Amino acid sequence: MSTMLTVDDLRVSFPTRTGLIEAVRGVSFTLGRERLGIVGESGSGKSQTGRAIMGLTPAHAKISANKLNFDGIDLLTAPAKTRRALRGSRIAMILQDPKYSLNPVMSIGRQIVETLRTHESVSRREARDRAIAMLEAVQIRDAARVFDLHPHEVSGGMGQRAMIAMMLIAGPELLVADEPTSALDVTVQLEVLGILDKLVSERGMGLIFISHDLRLVSSFCDRVIVMYAGKIVEELAASDLGNAKHPYTQGLLNCMPTLGTNRHPLPVLDRQLEWAL
Amino acid sequence: MTAIVSAENLTVSFDDFLALDNVSIDVAPGESFGLVGESGSGKSTLLRAIAGLSPVTDGRITLDGKPLDVKYRDKAFYRQVQMVFQDPYGSLHPRQTVDRLLQEPLAIHGVADAERRILRALDEVGLGSSFRFRYSHQLSGGQRQRIAIARALIIEPQIMLLDEPTSALDASVQAEVLNLLEQVRRDRKLTYIMVSHDLGVVTHMCERLAVMKNGKVVERLSSSDLVAGRLSEDYTKNLMVASKGFVRDVAV
Ligand SMILES: Nc1ncnc2c1ncn2[C@@H]1O[C@H](COP(=O)(O)OP(=O)(O)OP(=O)(O)O)[C@@H](O)[C@H]1O
Ligand SMILES: Nc1ncnc2c1ncn2[C@@H]1O[C@H](COP(=O)(O)OP(=O)(O)OP(=O)(O)O)[C@@H](O)[C@H]1O
Ligand SMILES: [Mg+2]
Ligand SMILES: [Mg+2]
Repeated sequence: MSTMLTVDDLRVSFPTRTGLIEAVRGVSFTLGRERLGIVGESGSGKSQTGRAIMGLTPAHAKISANKLNFDGIDLLTAPAKTRRALRGSRIAMILQDPKYSLNPVMSIGRQIVETLRTHESVSRREARDRAIAMLEAVQIRDAARVFDLHPHEVSGGMGQRAMIAMMLIAGPELLVADEPTSALDVTVQLEVLGILDKLVSERGMGLIFISHDLRLVSSFCDRVIVMYAGKIVEELAASDLGNAKHPYTQGLLNCMPTLGTNRHPLPVLDRQLEWAL
Repeated sequence: MTAIVSAENLTVSFDDFLALDNVSIDVAPGESFGLVGESGSGKSTLLRAIAGLSPVTDGRITLDGKPLDVKYRDKAFYRQVQMVFQDPYGSLHPRQTVDRLLQEPLAIHGVADAERRILRALDEVGLGSSFRFRYSHQLSGGQRQRIAIARALIIEPQIMLLDEPTSALDASVQAEVLNLLEQVRRDRKLTYIMVSHDLGVVTHMCERLAVMKNGKVVERLSSSDLVAGRLSEDYTKNLMVASKGFVRDVAV
């Protein structure tokens, strides 16, 4: 499988008044035309890893890597203009806070239409029809109404899907999806995953799927990276999750409330200091 | 049952769109009541209506048997009822420190003992005191969500409206937060109304639940009915099937 993205020893840290916060501490992986899942503890550096790939690391942060390469382009040294151009077209990210990454003063529909029209020259009419079709594809009921709503007027899950629709219309080669379905009920979640799945298998898109939902990731992705305290502690074939070796991963599998099990209180992890070394 | 919170024939509309269409629920004191259902079905709107934040056009909401004003909620109400919003990004002011965010409800309600409470609240949600002087924009999604929970719990309300309170948390932290919520409910006899799209979480936390679709409650059942598959609505059945995970063959 051809590699489109190489991440080697990526580090992101934030200088603050009270000291340096090391968010990502030497993360390495490669990605081909596949679905790569990233799971990990809250605060373990998943979003910051995705943002670094996108070039969305906050300006005051320190970022370094031996290699951060997309299709032959060195992302760390590429001029800002090149990165912006990549971001608009070949690489896209669905941010974890979709409603706040959309423009608050523009209707959802207009934002999707504008994205489409920066990629293709289509008539106003056709752009509108395609935007509505895309909203319908992500299972939004009453897409014509939602087209005219502003971000603060849609529900959590609708905002997430609007953001997904916008990214899909851009047709990227690499998509970083940060918790893209965390607000969706399970039926809609599966439909949205189905769409992403098709983009990978039919259009050869590379997908980084960040999620805290281990069950979902293991049924959807090909490979899974497990992060803890800024590092990758384990990498597994998704089908092999049951054989996880790291105690964090093992613990994760055990502390989910599931239908029909009755465990009060739920088992919790006994986090060891050496996991974070 | 004398309900501590009830919604009777509640209707909320945005222009001609009915976000809630004649919805009724009754929640008993000390109960944990779940809301599940389709995205956009009105779950957040219902919680927000109880908190006085949705434009109610018909029906009424009662607290301890007394009807509430359609919109206005006084300070005493928020002392008794706290809400954790669905969106951890929108609900915390980004330019405030965690300390300030936790300080604020204590100051509003004149609660003494701020120092001890803040340290305890941080500890309870698994964020040590090193987070105390961070700005909320310096936190990850799940860390913000935990601050939002700490902020609601810190003044010890009687009723908590929890909108997807663990949706941004990995299973390990989720287990800790759910255990915390269960423990404080037991210790302080709290009442919860909780929205979650995760049926495992809802059945773990709640005795009874309502299933919503299209602005209406389509089914009411106990968690044990749900677990045993005693369901009448097709929609609920679909939810059950879908919660087993992604299956590539049936994908669109
Ligand atoms: N602007 C910032 N300044 C300082 N620290 C930050 C900043 N942004 C993030 N962090 C810290 O970096 C670490 C990694 O954050 P990141 O958002 O990548 O976590 P995450 O794995 O996505 O977690 P979650 O699952 O909760 O979203 C966290 O401990 C967070 O507090
Ligand atoms: N201010 C508003 N203006 C117009 N429509 C609104 C407004 N607020 C909510 N709505 C609509 O009300 C409906 C219900 O929204 P609500 O947020 O209650 O859904 P939900 O069940 O919480 O969904 P989710 O699971 O996705 O969070 C949606 O169709 C939404 O677009
Ligand atoms: Mg994150
Ligand atoms: Mg909601």
